[in-house]
Amino acid sequence: MASYPTDLHYSKDHEWVRVDGSTATIGITSYAAQELGDVVFVELPEVGAALQQFATFGVVESVKAVSDLFAPVSGEVTQVNEALRDTPEHINTDPFGAGWVAKLTLTDSSGLDELMDADAYAELTA
Amino acid sequence: MAYSPHTDADRERMLATVGVGSVDDLFADIPAAVRPARFEIPPPLVEQQVRAELARLAEHNRVPQVSFLGAGAYRHLIPSVVWEVIGRSEFSTSYTPYQPEVSQGTLQSIYEFQSLICELTGMEVATASHYDGATATAEAALMACRLTRRQRIAVSGAVNPQIRHVLATYCSGPGIEIVEVPADLAEGGSGLTPAEAAARVLDDDFACLISQQPNFFGVIEPMAELAAAAHATGALLVAVVEPVSLALLEPPGSYEADIVAAEGQPLGIPLAYGGPYVGLMAARMSAVRQMPGRLVGGTHDAEGRRGYVLTLQAREQHIRREKAASNICTNQALCALAATAYLSAVGPEGLREVAELSTVQARHVAAAIEGGGLGERRFTAPYFSEVALRVPEAARRYAALVAQGIVPGYPLWRVYPDLADTLLLAATELTSDADIERLVDALGATR
Repeated sequence: MASYPTDLHYSKDHEWVRVDGSTATIGITSYAAQELGDVVFVELPEVGAALQQFATFGVVESVKAVSDLFAPVSGEVTQVNEALRDTPEHINTDPFGAGWVAKLTLTDSSGLDELMDADAYAELTA
Repeated sequence: MAYSPHTDADRERMLATVGVGSVDDLFADIPAAVRPARFEIPPPLVEQQVRAELARLAEHNRVPQVSFLGAGAYRHLIPSVVWEVIGRSEFSTSYTPYQPEVSQGTLQSIYEFQSLICELTGMEVATASHYDGATATAEAALMACRLTRRQRIAVSGAVNPQIRHVLATYCSGPGIEIVEVPADLAEGGSGLTPAEAAARVLDDDFACLISQQPNFFGVIEPMAELAAAAHATGALLVAVVEPVSLALLEPPGSYEADIVAAEGQPLGIPLAYGGPYVGLMAARMSAVRQMPGRLVGGTHDAEGRRGYVLTLQAREQHIRREKAASNICTNQALCALAATAYLSAVGPEGLREVAELSTVQARHVAAAIEGGGLGERRFTAPYFSEVALRVPEAARRYAALVAQGIVPGYPLWRVYPDLADTLLLAATELTSDADIERLVDALGATR
């Protein structure tokens, strides 16, 4: 069974959240990246956009599919990973690091209760 | 069109090939109760009878001897080579390639079409074509909404009313609001869309401003100023253009248009009752993922040979389903091929000559009518190949001329109440001096 970073929260839609105070960094998991195949384009949200938990906020396009990105938590976008515009492959090579998608200011941290820890997510993707 | 009857033996072979015993067996999955017992259609006819019936129907067509009707569709010379190319069965009988990469010839022809449209418009990427200019414009508006994430559209009142009707239909589903920017139709007015009028309408809720060059009244819009007004509020400029005019006028790429839409009919496609025509669309590469419809890309195969593919298909409906950039991915391949053959045959010089002759003849039309004291120009702004003229008692004279087989242009008062007694007359390189003389004589006789 694959193992996932234990300091993150995971959604059923295969997004992860790293919480640092009121800031949440979000991205897609290594499992999702592998299922998608080589990512060739990421449509990023706009800075300032208000994301609703589990609603779509962007699009990730691989050589074989186009999938929506679902926000794992609610929040306001403060930063997007501009590097993905030219090097979307970070999603495949380093999904939990350089492949992050956006940073948010958490508007409702209770939403984290709806997410899984690393073990539960490993169970889901087993 | 060929008359191709089926014999009983033909039908037997076809049924045997698909493995059913009778035509009724093909419909076995449909419950008998909902199948019609019979159809109320006339009995079959032999070839001579079919031809006679079609000839009888064709006699109802009113083909004018002389016509100055334009208003979005224009009669130009179509070189014979265009018919020769599109008449080849490899093109004329083939449907959209569902295993596209084996249809390299079709893909190459579309790639060449896209390249020509980019060259003509000064834009970076063009689609494989759309149904017509109106649907291309509506798709461009929806594309602007996706790119800006805004839901309102400003459209000049001097955009072809038929295009605006189709736009309204497209926008009614997703609930996109359309606001009109009034053109200057006042007495002694320019006929243009003033940039100040656009600025008054636009705010940061608007996805785009749509304006047409030359506009519906044939006059030359201040496109750079309109682009600046749109861009000042973060809106895009959708430029609706007439392709032949681009041989003389500034290309949209140089006045900062974001999306270009056009009716491609003037490029080698004959006038017909509403079509088939062909829609053109071009944009900047940064917007390519939001472009609707098909795109052909050039590439190299494993052995380094030039090849063509359908590219960026992930935007399309067979992958993206209801979230596709458009749910009309069909293109007008045969009409696009006609445009490709036309542009290749006339070349840049030939297209410029077509445009120049059209503008010269339009000036002859205006001068002949004004000189004869029969009417006067309605707008002050410079015009291209179409001119709006106010002719006293225009409705009565229009009817009288049409009855004689002379169509003296498009009756603008039918769509624009402010433009009473105003006719929109188009000229092309096929408008002869004799045609103009006939028009003036006939108009004079109705005094």
